[in-house]
Amino acid sequence: MVEIKDLHKSFSKNNVLNGVDLNINKGGIFAVLGPNGSGKTTIIKSILGMVIPNKGSIKVFDSDIKKSSDYRHKIDYMPQIANFPSNLKVIELIKMIKDLRGATDKDQMLIETFKLEPFLNKKLGTLSGGTKQKVNIVLTFMFDSPIIILDEPTTGLDPISLIRLKELIATEKQKGKAILITSHIMSFVEEVADEIVFILEGKIYFRGSIKALQEKTKEKDFEHAIANILIENHA
Amino acid sequence: MLKILKYSFYDLMRSSWSYVYLGFYLLLGIVLLFLNNDLSKAVITLMNVIIVLVPLIGTIFGVMYYYNSKEFTELLLAQPLKRSSIFLGQYLGVAISLSMSLIIGLGLPFIAYGLFKSSAIWDFSLLLIVGVFLTFIFSALAFNIALSHENKIKGFGYAILMWLFLAIIYDGLFLMSLIIFEDYPLDKVSLIGTMLNPIDLSRTLILLKLDISALLGYTGAVFKQFFGTSFGLIISFVMLLVWVILPVFRIVFKSRKKDF
Repeated sequence: MVEIKDLHKSFSKNNVLNGVDLNINKGGIFAVLGPNGSGKTTIIKSILGMVIPNKGSIKVFDSDIKKSSDYRHKIDYMPQIANFPSNLKVIELIKMIKDLRGATDKDQMLIETFKLEPFLNKKLGTLSGGTKQKVNIVLTFMFDSPIIILDEPTTGLDPISLIRLKELIATEKQKGKAILITSHIMSFVEEVADEIVFILEGKIYFRGSIKALQEKTKEKDFEHAIANILIENHA
Repeated sequence: MLKILKYSFYDLMRSSWSYVYLGFYLLLGIVLLFLNNDLSKAVITLMNVIIVLVPLIGTIFGVMYYYNSKEFTELLLAQPLKRSSIFLGQYLGVAISLSMSLIIGLGLPFIAYGLFKSSAIWDFSLLLIVGVFLTFIFSALAFNIALSHENKIKGFGYAILMWLFLAIIYDGLFLMSLIIFEDYPLDKVSLIGTMLNPIDLSRTLILLKLDISALLGYTGAVFKQFFGTSFGLIISFVMLLVWVILPVFRIVFKSRKKDF
């Protein structure tokens, strides 16, 4: 579904990605992990075509992403910090995205799930961080695309919404979709992820199941296993 | 692109700045007509205001809109849209809404004063056309500067400098060089010098049409002598068009390579 080959990217003198190879050819939940500044968001933004790589190629469903922007119809993306145009109302934003991407009726169900009805006619600039994140979730999940990318989806969510989000992710997974998640909340990752992609210094350091990671680091606890990698490589 | 244009346009139409700009031109038109009591004299005064002010407003609005709609842009970039249509849509949204404020704001008082019965109607239309050209040119230049500078303060600074240079400093340098090299034949040099600055070009264009090129002194006389009035008009319009097209091309080119 997604095929990344030898991806390099530097911002001025800062080398962020140094030859990333990543192949995702089946559905499931993939957690992209790594310390701050390791290049997680850069990889995601490269897949979306928001960051232009210096070297390397990215294919989504066997078509090179440089050729056309149509492949983005197959990706639902939830950005890290929900920055929306502040003078738009929630309902207007939802309408606008539907106008740009195509009709859907899933938004109604999602609005109900996340109890957003009272905010529909409020301007996005006046919403709290958590509410903005819920709007972000609605915008992401209202289209039925085979690839979903979630960048720090849990930020600012209350416990009930977090449970709903997990349920939502689980239902989407059952449809055979590939879901890429970045997160620093290890308990969340441990709960949802099928596979871990660990990025260190701009390269993929480890890829495999949580179990394989625990065996490799000889740590039983997942959080400690991750910490172990970081200590070994930075100490 | 049309969808982006639509949303950018609505967005601007809702912001109070468009109305402040519109109100300013309404007031300017009314005051000028009240003070001058003569349509064609008001047109000349208006020209002097338009030639300096329209570029300034276009520059500031262009830079401001680009930086303010950063979130909107990032949201759009993740959607199945071409980059060029995102940025061209936004640019056209700014340029068209500013042009509309200009046309409506100046048009209403002049129409109310009896423009359609007056012989000044062609001069006035030319003035509006040049105003629209300047809006398109300077908002495109502003978008270029904003695209190249991540830092807002730097972007604003360079944009204002660009306006200052083209509106004021350029003329000073131009005049100085004419004085220094006055022993040489400068007809062609001054002609080219005028072409290379859209503000000078617009001024020349209007003065040629108003047939008062003596007001402009040397440059106007040269222009008249070289082109004759109608050919001069065409060349000037072509140059203005080039001044729109080149920055627009750079917007497309630059936006294709930018990281967000």
